[in-house]
Amino acid sequence: MSAPNATDATRSLSALTVTVLERELRLALRRWDQIMQPLMFFVIVTLLFPLATTADLNELRRMGSGVVWVAAMLASLLSLESLFRPDVEDGTLEQWVLCGQPLAWILLVKSVAHWLLAGLPLVVVSPLMAAGFAIPNDVLPLMMATLAIGTGILAIVGAIGAALTVSVRRGNVLVALLVLPLQVPVLIFGAHIVNLSIDGLSINAPLYLLSAMLLAGMCLGPFAMAAAVRISVES
Amino acid sequence: MWLWFHKLASPPYAYAVAGKLRPWLLWPAIALLLVGTYAALFVVPPDYQQKDSARIMYVHVPAGAWSQGIYMAMAVAAAVGLIWRMKLAHALAASLAPIGMWITVVALITGAVWGKPMWGTWWAWGDARILFTTLTLFLYLGYMALRASFDDVQRADRVSAVLAIVGSVNVPVVKYSVDWWDGLHQSASVLKIGKPSIDSSMLWPMYVMLFAFILFIAAVVCDRLRAEILRRERNANWLAAATR
Repeated sequence: MSAPNATDATRSLSALTVTVLERELRLALRRWDQIMQPLMFFVIVTLLFPLATTADLNELRRMGSGVVWVAAMLASLLSLESLFRPDVEDGTLEQWVLCGQPLAWILLVKSVAHWLLAGLPLVVVSPLMAAGFAIPNDVLPLMMATLAIGTGILAIVGAIGAALTVSVRRGNVLVALLVLPLQVPVLIFGAHIVNLSIDGLSINAPLYLLSAMLLAGMCLGPFAMAAAVRISVES
Repeated sequence: MWLWFHKLASPPYAYAVAGKLRPWLLWPAIALLLVGTYAALFVVPPDYQQKDSARIMYVHVPAGAWSQGIYMAMAVAAAVGLIWRMKLAHALAASLAPIGMWITVVALITGAVWGKPMWGTWWAWGDARILFTTLTLFLYLGYMALRASFDDVQRADRVSAVLAIVGSVNVPVVKYSVDWWDGLHQSASVLKIGKPSIDSSMLWPMYVMLFAFILFIAAVVCDRLRAEILRRERNANWLAAATR
């Protein structure tokens, strides 16, 4: 009997990645409304700010990126409730814990799928909202890039929060309380990058910090998720 | 060598130790608080720029420092509980959270009171340390909210432990926020590598107050831990024997 060698392990891990990713995307595409609802929420919340404050485009330009970021943060909270709940109810999560594959990796893949479904649509719609706030066209690519990195971090931190509260009934307010304070640094750096760029200042420092946060989150976050999932499943 | 550690993990022993320790922490704390307060108000010379209003730092700085220190202790206790499945460590983490929250509130309120005459504002959005200390407050609140949402104590222990560990990334950010970003707060002047940049005549009451605060916090934690043990062990035989 030979021990499984390294290439076998790699192959099975990549197969696992494809399986999990495929499953997540297929499930989500069958429930279009669950992708659309946070997106509609994002658009509506963004529209509320000019109505509540001012119609002056110069003032709106200053707050535009901040509003888009806050709306994206709130919208990303909406989809957390349904992130792990269905998997707990149909037993998938239990199977993942028991299947002998690294749980942290499965959860990382799940977070990536979650970002593709909940984060990427926000990034795609954001130029439309930015145009409403008279944000100059030439900073739009930068705004989308930072929003893409930022929603990635939001997805990972959010997934940790969702994993912690998965066994709490009606935990959606609780998830917001836990997750929002941890997401504040993302908001600060992300929202300021666009304003710095409009003012013609250097954006390197916040951009690097944001990227570093994403990398740190991707490396360490899945282990926190795995610990939380194990606790929720085993007791 | 590790016997004392294992003994401490047993609820009856810890209950007794916390009870015996409490007066030895509380009375020195009160004595040192009186000494430190007297020195801060009457012995220390007025600051050459801020005059008498700088004296509030003898409450503000210990509160700010220990709000982070308690959080770190809580995260370590939670990690110990999670890794070695030590129930008492979880009980300790649970008893650290409320006092940590209140110390953070004290730091924020004294900071606002100090900030109004000196910076001309109660609150500054651009100041990183104010912001991240406020986040610490919300981490404490979130930890307690998460704990309260479980009926099962053991699950509450373990889930909230993960949150405490995740939230501890905030602590170094608060510590170095004044050096990393230019806000209204001054750079580190007491707790830093090398020689403190604060004058020594102002420094010793600060050490007294820092020490008094931690003794007082430890005394409160002893009480809370005893209450926590009573709540968890309410059906245990040793308790019936101890209180008969």
